[in-house]
Amino acid sequence: MKSFNKVFESYNWDDTKASIYDKTAADVERALRSTQRSLEDFKALISPAALPYLEDMAQMSQRLTLDRFGRVIQMYIPLYLSNECNNICTYCGFSYDNKVRRRTLNPMEIMQEVAVIKEMGYDHVLLVTGEANQSVHTDYFKKVLDLISPHFAHIAMEVQPLDVADYETLIPHGLNTVLVYQETYHQDDYRKHHPKGKKSNFLYRLETPDRLGQAGIHKMGLGVLIGLEDWRTDSFFTALHLSYLEKQYWQSKFSISFPRLRPFSGGLEPKVVMNDKELVQLICAYRLFNSEVELSISTRETVTFRNQVIKLGITAISAGSKTNPGGYQVAPQSLEQFEISDERSAKEIAAMIRKQGYEPIWKDWDRSLIQKSC
Amino acid sequence: MLTIADQTFSSRLFTGTGKFSSAKEMESALIASASELVTVALKRVDLKGKDDDILQHLKHPHINLLPNTSGVRNAKEAVFAAQLAREALETNWIKLEIHPDPKYLMPDPIETLNATEELVKLGFVVLPYIHADPVLCKRLEDVGTAAVMPLGSPIGSNKGLRTIDFLEIIISQSRVPVIIDAGIGAPSDAAKAMEIGADAVLVNTAIAIAENPTHMAIAFKMAVEAGRMAFESKLGAQTHYAAASSPLTAFLDEEF
Repeated sequence: MKSFNKVFESYNWDDTKASIYDKTAADVERALRSTQRSLEDFKALISPAALPYLEDMAQMSQRLTLDRFGRVIQMYIPLYLSNECNNICTYCGFSYDNKVRRRTLNPMEIMQEVAVIKEMGYDHVLLVTGEANQSVHTDYFKKVLDLISPHFAHIAMEVQPLDVADYETLIPHGLNTVLVYQETYHQDDYRKHHPKGKKSNFLYRLETPDRLGQAGIHKMGLGVLIGLEDWRTDSFFTALHLSYLEKQYWQSKFSISFPRLRPFSGGLEPKVVMNDKELVQLICAYRLFNSEVELSISTRETVTFRNQVIKLGITAISAGSKTNPGGYQVAPQSLEQFEISDERSAKEIAAMIRKQGYEPIWKDWDRSLIQKSC
Repeated sequence: MLTIADQTFSSRLFTGTGKFSSAKEMESALIASASELVTVALKRVDLKGKDDDILQHLKHPHINLLPNTSGVRNAKEAVFAAQLAREALETNWIKLEIHPDPKYLMPDPIETLNATEELVKLGFVVLPYIHADPVLCKRLEDVGTAAVMPLGSPIGSNKGLRTIDFLEIIISQSRVPVIIDAGIGAPSDAAKAMEIGADAVLVNTAIAIAENPTHMAIAFKMAVEAGRMAFESKLGAQTHYAAASSPLTAFLDEEF
């Protein structure tokens, strides 16, 4: 199997980190002037040396995003199906050692949640679960997809990594997109944060996008959990991963998310705190590096930040989200994965987007476009 | 007047519906453009409901809808999408877009040819988006395409007519209308396309992302008209040397 691991093994974390922090103003200026930006340019754009150039980067990022995507922002919403999980993840509310009541939605409950989501106007949904292979497995996903696919134009999934055959099975049932965040590319820290459960296998997770590409998934989402390790180095490895995947799986689309560690029940203090200025720098750096990649921002971020970031390079946003199974209707008080920061409704976010001179897009896919080929 | 299949058009500016900041702004720009053929992505519209926001704003007697198959990756998906569009939007016109590469949206020539052949058999008026490939254009004609839509440069790039040498060959030998699609970034690009003899141009990004889309639509309308008028008036050929008023070989005709 083709694998990113071979590329990854040729890099050393500490050397990579040092090379980012060693970038100078001249490196940043060269990166800004360049028309085809390299990974070295990306390093310069995420380096501390680029901070004085933030306004230039923002202007360029806005222009590139307008050219490629226009004045539109895609709307999506998570639907948490289960908070059962056999993994211990030090930063996650669903962690196995977090002794609270667990639940997995049954078909009737799922449809109750779907009804609320549809009422909000959504046509794109992101299914989320923990990793509990006895109850939340490929057969369960298949049934859920069959149940909900008539109601959504586009279905994404953020669940445990699966094998190629599992993904191949799920695509004809309506699966369009899979998000799988590496959390951190720092192997030792990854082990510290994932001491138990299948997720502790760093390599299996690292190679998940390869398996998605081989299964022929339409879109895959990458990202790291910002706060676990040095965000600049982690983001460089994400960009490296993206570059590799784009060449290997030229028929797939890609998106990047920027989850910053948020409080949860039994929480972990972030090792590294990324401030708003740095997140803007990262968003702009990705846009300058790759004008086609979709960039997504979640309700983890504050109202003020989300209002401003619309114009800087973001192409997708969630709103009105609940991060617990049944959170919309069935069981509003169940265990949530993390606290959201922007509590505004989908309608309010749509109004904010329009106020910024952009159009909220509820539908930008149609499952019927690929259904017959599977 | 331009005729494609059984339809005549006064305007040679075709437009798209993507990337606008609102459906209302899109409507204003498209009306100002005087475009009579407007392409709309199947993936963006609600095919089930009749109250789709984009479609509501395109309900004008002079606007003909041209559904496109953007998002499909092969001929099989394209044929299915076209059938879906015919049923939902009640038109047998289809802009065939098959770009398996989501990064640069480069059209797949093999799948496009196969899909065109199949769709023509199914009674569709097919307008395929293609690379500026003269041989492919002839092959598409052979299977019954209603027009060809070669790209000027990568879609959405605003780079203009980077493929002009090939566009000129396509235009010179085409039996069907040639519509330059993709890459037209400025009214001057559209005028140039018309000057070299294109039958029409399709413009979306350049209008949608302008600071004032409605004014830009008017600018494109005027540019297309100017370019066409120049073409019909027969532009003088470019030369790299002076045409002497007293030719050096004139003496050969003189009687001695």
